[in-house]
Amino acid sequence: MISDLFSVTVLIGILASGIRLATPYLYAAIGETFGQRSGVLNLGVEGQMLLGAFAAFYVAFTTGNLWLGVLTAMIVGAIMGLAMAYVTVNLNAEQGISGIGFFLFGLGMSDLLFQKLLGTVETVKGFPEVYIPGLSDIPGIGKIFFSQNLLVYGAYLLVPIAWFVLNKTTLGLKIRSVGENPDAADSLGVSVARIRYFTIILGGTLSGIAGASLSIALLNVFQQNMTSGLGFIAVALVYFGGWRPIGVLGGALLFSMINSLQLWIQVLGIPIPSDIAVMMPYVLTILVLVATVSRVRAPSALTKPFEREN
Amino acid sequence: MKKVFQSDWVSRLIDALLPVFATLAALVVGAVMLLLLKVNPIEAYKALWVGAFGSSNAFAETLVKATPLLLVGIGICISFRGDVINIGGEGQMIIGAIFATWVGLTFTSLPGWLVITLAMIAGFIGGAVWGGIPGFLKAYFRVNEILSTVMMNAIAVQLMNFLLRGPLIDPSQAQLASKIPQTARLLEIFRLPRLVPTRLHLGALIAVVLAILVYILLWRTTLGYRIRAVGQNPQASRYAGIKVPRYVVLALLLSGAFAGLAGAVQVYGVNYRMITDGSSSGFTGSAGFNGIVAALFGQLHPIWAIPASVLFGALLVGANSMQRMMQVPSALVTALNGLVVVFVVSSEVWRRRRQRRRLAVMGQDEESSPPIDEEELQHMETVP
Repeated sequence: MISDLFSVTVLIGILASGIRLATPYLYAAIGETFGQRSGVLNLGVEGQMLLGAFAAFYVAFTTGNLWLGVLTAMIVGAIMGLAMAYVTVNLNAEQGISGIGFFLFGLGMSDLLFQKLLGTVETVKGFPEVYIPGLSDIPGIGKIFFSQNLLVYGAYLLVPIAWFVLNKTTLGLKIRSVGENPDAADSLGVSVARIRYFTIILGGTLSGIAGASLSIALLNVFQQNMTSGLGFIAVALVYFGGWRPIGVLGGALLFSMINSLQLWIQVLGIPIPSDIAVMMPYVLTILVLVATVSRVRAPSALTKPFEREN
Repeated sequence: MKKVFQSDWVSRLIDALLPVFATLAALVVGAVMLLLLKVNPIEAYKALWVGAFGSSNAFAETLVKATPLLLVGIGICISFRGDVINIGGEGQMIIGAIFATWVGLTFTSLPGWLVITLAMIAGFIGGAVWGGIPGFLKAYFRVNEILSTVMMNAIAVQLMNFLLRGPLIDPSQAQLASKIPQTARLLEIFRLPRLVPTRLHLGALIAVVLAILVYILLWRTTLGYRIRAVGQNPQASRYAGIKVPRYVVLALLLSGAFAGLAGAVQVYGVNYRMITDGSSSGFTGSAGFNGIVAALFGQLHPIWAIPASVLFGALLVGANSMQRMMQVPSALVTALNGLVVVFVVSSEVWRRRRQRRRLAVMGQDEESSPPIDEEELQHMETVP
């Protein structure tokens, strides 16, 4: 019942699963942030995640080695990123549409491989929760923050790293200048193509991990189209977060907390139709996009192919 | 001068054939994938061909599958020409179908032709609403339409599931434990008439007529001209006195409307009720996405979208027969569709290069050719 929502145990449960559910969004959206800061919109995230999720699951299922699964997902994501980079950087293809193409490819391909190689829905024993002596024992806090698996910790570690790389390193400066003014960057000797290749492949790699975090750390199964729009939401979170890692973190947490609340509402049997509850995070995302988008300016060269003037 | 003209003609032909090359390239990649799956690609593609064109029933089935692709596709032509990327076809189809189904289940005492007409209009309106919202948000709040349309898809799916499991559920299902999400069946007189003794229905003809009308809209009316002008150069359009936001909304609204109609046609021409498996493709068969593929393949030209839709309809029908006969999952065709999209947009680079060369030969100094021609510009000046 509604009053159950406000008991301490349930509240801790909501927060703990909210923290956990943000994991795939964080990996994918931080990767996408790098791409967009360099001027490339990658809409193929969903496809990269699906292939990553399948690759990780299949390798973990057949070898029993979870880390090998993550590594395979990273490689698969990187290859998808490489293809995307070639198409958008060398061939100057329309970024939004080619992204949809890569999404459809990943959607079909992961389904095809699933049916051919597995056939039925299997489960794996995913990454276990890590017990941190001392920290995990703190009442409440320990359960919420320090009883998660390694991929969850990795996702949160990624946020400050991404912030540091983007804002405090020469590489970050190059990425940002390529996204804001590629002509100027080019005239200063920065290779626009090389930077964009780097960010798109990095984005693909992180999307691969995002998929792996779903299939071998959070849900521990693989199903057709198991991401069901998660990759697109990750792209939305980049806009939402104003192209800053910390903003992306805020968006991912907000979205996954609402999602977690929604799941608990169903678990507790509160009489809100589950379909309506599932709808809520999406409605909220649109509303927050309306509220935030007009304040923040996108990277100037976003979606614009770079061609050197001769 | 004559030689220039000739090479111009040849290169334009090559441009027109680029999508065909792109498809062949995708099929070659598909053949490699089939080999890796230890399936004979020639046998598999033969099964695909026979499934799509092998008999009059097969061909009719191809056209039935092509119909929603064409309806979504002509809408996509409008929005993409207006530089609005509508990814929301799935959601727009669903809402259109919900509106149309409601009409059919409510006005059961009206004559068949009237209910069908009202239902098609309702579907059109439903899709327009679902496309108009992201259009409005883009025009006036600068919300990226790619993201908002994706969100609107997710919302539409949940709305559909809620309605088909709740208020609109088939009364006979409501009693059962399985509770298949579907509405009651439409009355027999409300079905779109069949054209020949196959499953081919009037919706296919409606789609073709509308494709021609959309062509006229885009190239022979001020409205269409302005949508395209805004798509090509919003800055210049603003200076020319066009109210840019209004045409952004219109482009997405119209695009959604045709997708909504596709949803209505799916209910009245194929299923005779609204039914799903809980996912969006469970109702749409992914036509909201595949319609984009068909439109791109037809180079965003409504008339060319007709053969393009037939091609992709054939691939979808053929994929099912390939699955039955060769045990190749039909998901292969989804992957190939993705490759076709990637190859088609990638091949644009050659078109642009040749266009530039053509212009260089003709001695023009403009970077890209003005697809909006002089005559139209003059026409525009006469329009207030």
